[in-house]
Amino acid sequence: MKRIVIFGATSVIAHEAAKVFARQKAAFVIIGRDARKLAAVREDLLARGAESAEAIQADLTAVERHQELIGAALRQLGQIDGALIAYGMNGDQRSCERQAKQMLETFNTNATSLLALATLLANQLEQQKQGCLAVISSIAADRGKKSNYVYGSAKAGVEVFFQGLRHRFAGSQVRILTIKPGYVKTPMLSEQLSRHPLAAHPRDVGRAIARAMQSRKGVIYLPWYWQPIMWVVKALPEAIFERLEL
Amino acid sequence: MAFAYESWGRFPKARHARVMPVYWRDEPPRFEGIAGSVLPYAYGRSYGDSCLNAGQTLIDVSFLRRFIAFDERQGLLRCEAGVPFGEVLGIVVPRGWFIPVTPGTQYVSVGGAIANDIHGKNHHNAGTFGCHVAQFELLRSSGERFICSPNENADLFRATIGGLGLTGIILWAQFRLKPVTSAWISMEQVRFSSLEEFFGLAQSSDRDFEYTVAWIDCLARGKQLGRGVYLRGNHEARQPACCDLPPKSKRFRAFFDMPSSLLNGTTMRLFNSLFYHAHHPGRLAKRLSYEHFFFHLDGIRDWNRLYGKRGLIQYQCALPPDCGKSAIAELLKRIARSGEGAFLSILKRFGQMQSPGLLSFPRPGFTMAFDFPNRGARTQELMDELNTMVRGFSGAVYPAKDACMSAENFQAYYPQWKTFARFVDPRFSSSFWRRVTATAGGGRP
Repeated sequence: MKRIVIFGATSVIAHEAAKVFARQKAAFVIIGRDARKLAAVREDLLARGAESAEAIQADLTAVERHQELIGAALRQLGQIDGALIAYGMNGDQRSCERQAKQMLETFNTNATSLLALATLLANQLEQQKQGCLAVISSIAADRGKKSNYVYGSAKAGVEVFFQGLRHRFAGSQVRILTIKPGYVKTPMLSEQLSRHPLAAHPRDVGRAIARAMQSRKGVIYLPWYWQPIMWVVKALPEAIFERLEL
Repeated sequence: MAFAYESWGRFPKARHARVMPVYWRDEPPRFEGIAGSVLPYAYGRSYGDSCLNAGQTLIDVSFLRRFIAFDERQGLLRCEAGVPFGEVLGIVVPRGWFIPVTPGTQYVSVGGAIANDIHGKNHHNAGTFGCHVAQFELLRSSGERFICSPNENADLFRATIGGLGLTGIILWAQFRLKPVTSAWISMEQVRFSSLEEFFGLAQSSDRDFEYTVAWIDCLARGKQLGRGVYLRGNHEARQPACCDLPPKSKRFRAFFDMPSSLLNGTTMRLFNSLFYHAHHPGRLAKRLSYEHFFFHLDGIRDWNRLYGKRGLIQYQCALPPDCGKSAIAELLKRIARSGEGAFLSILKRFGQMQSPGLLSFPRPGFTMAFDFPNRGARTQELMDELNTMVRGFSGAVYPAKDACMSAENFQAYYPQWKTFARFVDPRFSSSFWRRVTATAGGGRP
């Protein structure tokens, strides 16, 4: 996979995935909000062997910029072999409950703006007749729970959208990948949860994403053990689930 | 799965109150919000408690794993301190460069390599890693950041090399590389049947070979005392140069803790004996990938688990040249007599090159290292005895491996510790440091 665009390249997980492609001498366009962090990511990818890495600073919630960003990526790369959408925000569940404005911001960042971007990217890949469009979702999408249902529902919306995309492109050379990490030690995870026995290291998750983007997989839980766990969680009858402190 | 913040020897065990990750070198931790002391932690490859801070806070710097700049012409690399050596080699070897000093595992971080002033099989001509560090950036708990080099903040530079993470957090470092023309090592192994033979071999080998080390059977006695296998190697000289990475070696993983009953005197004697006899008597030449030559133990991931739940205690000492030969024999005899076995032990000559580090361990003479399965009080007693013997020989014990040295012994091995203590950051501490400064009046001179 030689020509990669990453939306939200300062995501620790996305960077780890990019390291794998850099080693394979890929060319990158990396997009993020924080110019300094973006520069650090760029330096790293170049040192690791990336053929090129162009950094574009942008706030991806500004949907009016999406077309321009994709255009810039195409000018730099020619074609897009892999597009990874990795930006998002945890959203403070408490304040989202109290203020609709907060909830809207979280939803907009994690779902609405993201799906606007995905719409354009899907069309681009359709035109190219090849490529992989991958999005980082979460196990939180599998069932709404009181501790993070705003975040979870946004991700759930994204997942169904991508499920539809997968259906749309079935049988073609365009691959649609939904990535569902569990707890991963990143700035998004609280310090407490970072010590959870099931918390994964971003390096392992990133590597698995790079592998999956080069395969024909549609949905992937990372690490793998979240799949059986969430299967059980999804199957729990409401009467039992509502008693759990999750 | 779960990552336990342990040391490599898994002894002593420590529970930490807090583990704070640092994700970006420009977003330092907020020290005011932390109660008690802190200690940086990357991959926990130190054996004892120098990487532990029981009851207090660890700062996980393993996420500072970015490369910053690689000057391919001059062989200068700058990267964040959490980058492991294996990753550095993966980047620099294909472009014809090598790290000037490499330890026995590729999972040591650049920061850890500086903090422990690590040495390798080529100490006799290349010194320690600290000798090749050009500069690094140190973050102190005050929030101040210092660029440290031999010419700038030189005293902090010297205190941090070998400083066991106590002077602050190393955010990034720049170090020199050395040119190579191949990713392979031309190696010779020579079996020897006694210590005398070893000394003869060491004398001649250190001249002609860049990398030398001996595996010895520390359980052999009498005429066979100090028998073993001598390994010596050089980077293959290839014309034209070709540094394509060799295929990665197969990795095994130790999935479970070995039951401690299997680690007894008999099995160890058997293992050592088999190892010795399995080697070709005389000389044998081999060609190994650098991974295989330097990091063969890494081939078994989590090999420390083979020592069981109680873990292992590694003992590494340095002995001065004047009494080196007799000291080695004495130590070996003492170990053989104790019944506390160790699997293969290593023996090597240290060279003359001075490290800039204040608490640097390697010094001219010899070094020996043993992995003792932790069998409780008996092992501790042997460690105490060995420490006293080493002190008598005016030697020193390596803090990066240590789990038991007393304050008295530490202060005898490193008389410059008081000078070093002035540079310890007031918010930083470790289980090791508290143990070795636990004299009346505490850790401040």
